[in-house]
Amino acid sequence: MSTLFEQVGGEPAIDAAVDIFYRKVLGDPRIADFFDGVDMNQQAAKQKAFLTFVCGGPNHYTGKDMRSAHARLVKGGLTDVHFDAVVEHLGATLKELGVAAPLIAQIAAVAASTRADVLGR
Amino acid sequence: MATVTWKGQALALAPDETVLDGLLRNGIAVASSCRVGACQSCLLRAARGSIPESAQKGLGATLRARGYFLACRWRPEGEGASELVEIADDATLPSVAAVVRALERPTPDVVRLGLETATPFAYRAGQFVSLARADGLTRSCSLASLPPTEGRAASLEIHVKRLPGGQMSTYLHDVVRVGDRLTVRGPGGDCFYTEGRPRDPLLLAGTGTGLAPLLGIARDALARGHLGPIRLIHGALAAAGLYADAELRALARVHPTFRYEPCVLQPPPSPAPASGSRAAEGDPIPVRDLQEQVLDALRGHPGVRVFLCGPPELVVGLRRRVFLAGVPLADILADAFITAAPPTPTTTTTREPGCG
Repeated sequence: MSTLFEQVGGEPAIDAAVDIFYRKVLGDPRIADFFDGVDMNQQAAKQKAFLTFVCGGPNHYTGKDMRSAHARLVKGGLTDVHFDAVVEHLGATLKELGVAAPLIAQIAAVAASTRADVLGR
Repeated sequence: MATVTWKGQALALAPDETVLDGLLRNGIAVASSCRVGACQSCLLRAARGSIPESAQKGLGATLRARGYFLACRWRPEGEGASELVEIADDATLPSVAAVVRALERPTPDVVRLGLETATPFAYRAGQFVSLARADGLTRSCSLASLPPTEGRAASLEIHVKRLPGGQMSTYLHDVVRVGDRLTVRGPGGDCFYTEGRPRDPLLLAGTGTGLAPLLGIARDALARGHLGPIRLIHGALAAAGLYADAELRALARVHPTFRYEPCVLQPPPSPAPASGSRAAEGDPIPVRDLQEQVLDALRGHPGVRVFLCGPPELVVGLRRRVFLAGVPLADILADAFITAAPPTPTTTTTREPGCG
């Protein structure tokens, strides 16, 4: 049985997903302001690391990384509403790329597992 | 056995070790995070060594052209028997003497300087250099000129806007004379033309002396035989600020693939007058919002590569809009003239705002 990462399509699929996902996130007025002043290339690299992680790909991302990376945003008012919006865009991105619904559900569950760390709880 | 040189110190890599692991094992604090080439935290630049494709995966064409690589993805011993990798140290970028050869003032607010380096100096049109006066005053300036043949001294062209109170701007406008000497260090920056997709439409947009790098990029693309259409939008607050108007119109006459679109910028607070204004020669110049003009130009041009140069309030917003309009991030190269921000290996660069 291949891994979730392989089933999604591996690194090429993640590369394709990054621009689509980032565009959805940045185009969403609910959350776009959190990305003001952020270097777009560096942010895209972080998005790729995140997508690799939630799709079960190889990486060393830890809860501590997620916590420290979002601490400044939590102080700036990051809440469940924003977290849910990002998860929503993740699902829509994967759907757009033709990923099967059961796989999307698995990936969304991994993303949901980062909620406490992202929101600093 | 592979060797990695870091700031003059030679470090032997263990068998099968990545450049990142080798540096960390030797106590060198290199940033890193995911360690599988996704997060790009461990981005470094090699001055020497044959970088494998796998170590540049996901990097933009200009970063690849400059030798940037992901340290976690390069196992030098796997590539050659006794590989030598030298990590570039931006503190030791080449520094060369240069003489002012030409001074031209197309408008009272803009000076175009021609400099000639005393020794060979390699760069890409659209990159920037640090220009230093004898007393150490230093600013970054983008290059409008074309690079010399390899191994030759370079003729550099920079455009400088008059900036009240700007030390370097005042010096280059009012004090410097032909024959004066300056020091040039660099180059830096990732906003330049790369070969490989010769039929791509290119869209270049900028305001004021943001024209300098765009002019360099356009001329470079033409000189390298780019086949796709090249469209250059230059915005200024008044028609008189379109300081290369005649030259760009002439360039468009010579090169059928090159199109020049001057525009007088719509002032943000009050509505613009309905009629256009007129430059020194040629057709009326439309009064437009640069952002709308850029977004209009994107329509119907899939695969377009976009180059944006000017002040950060323009470039940062425009880059986001262009990305949201569907252009892949890797195909948007931007050079924002930011003051007093730390230099990064990505595409945002620092310089005095007047020094285009």
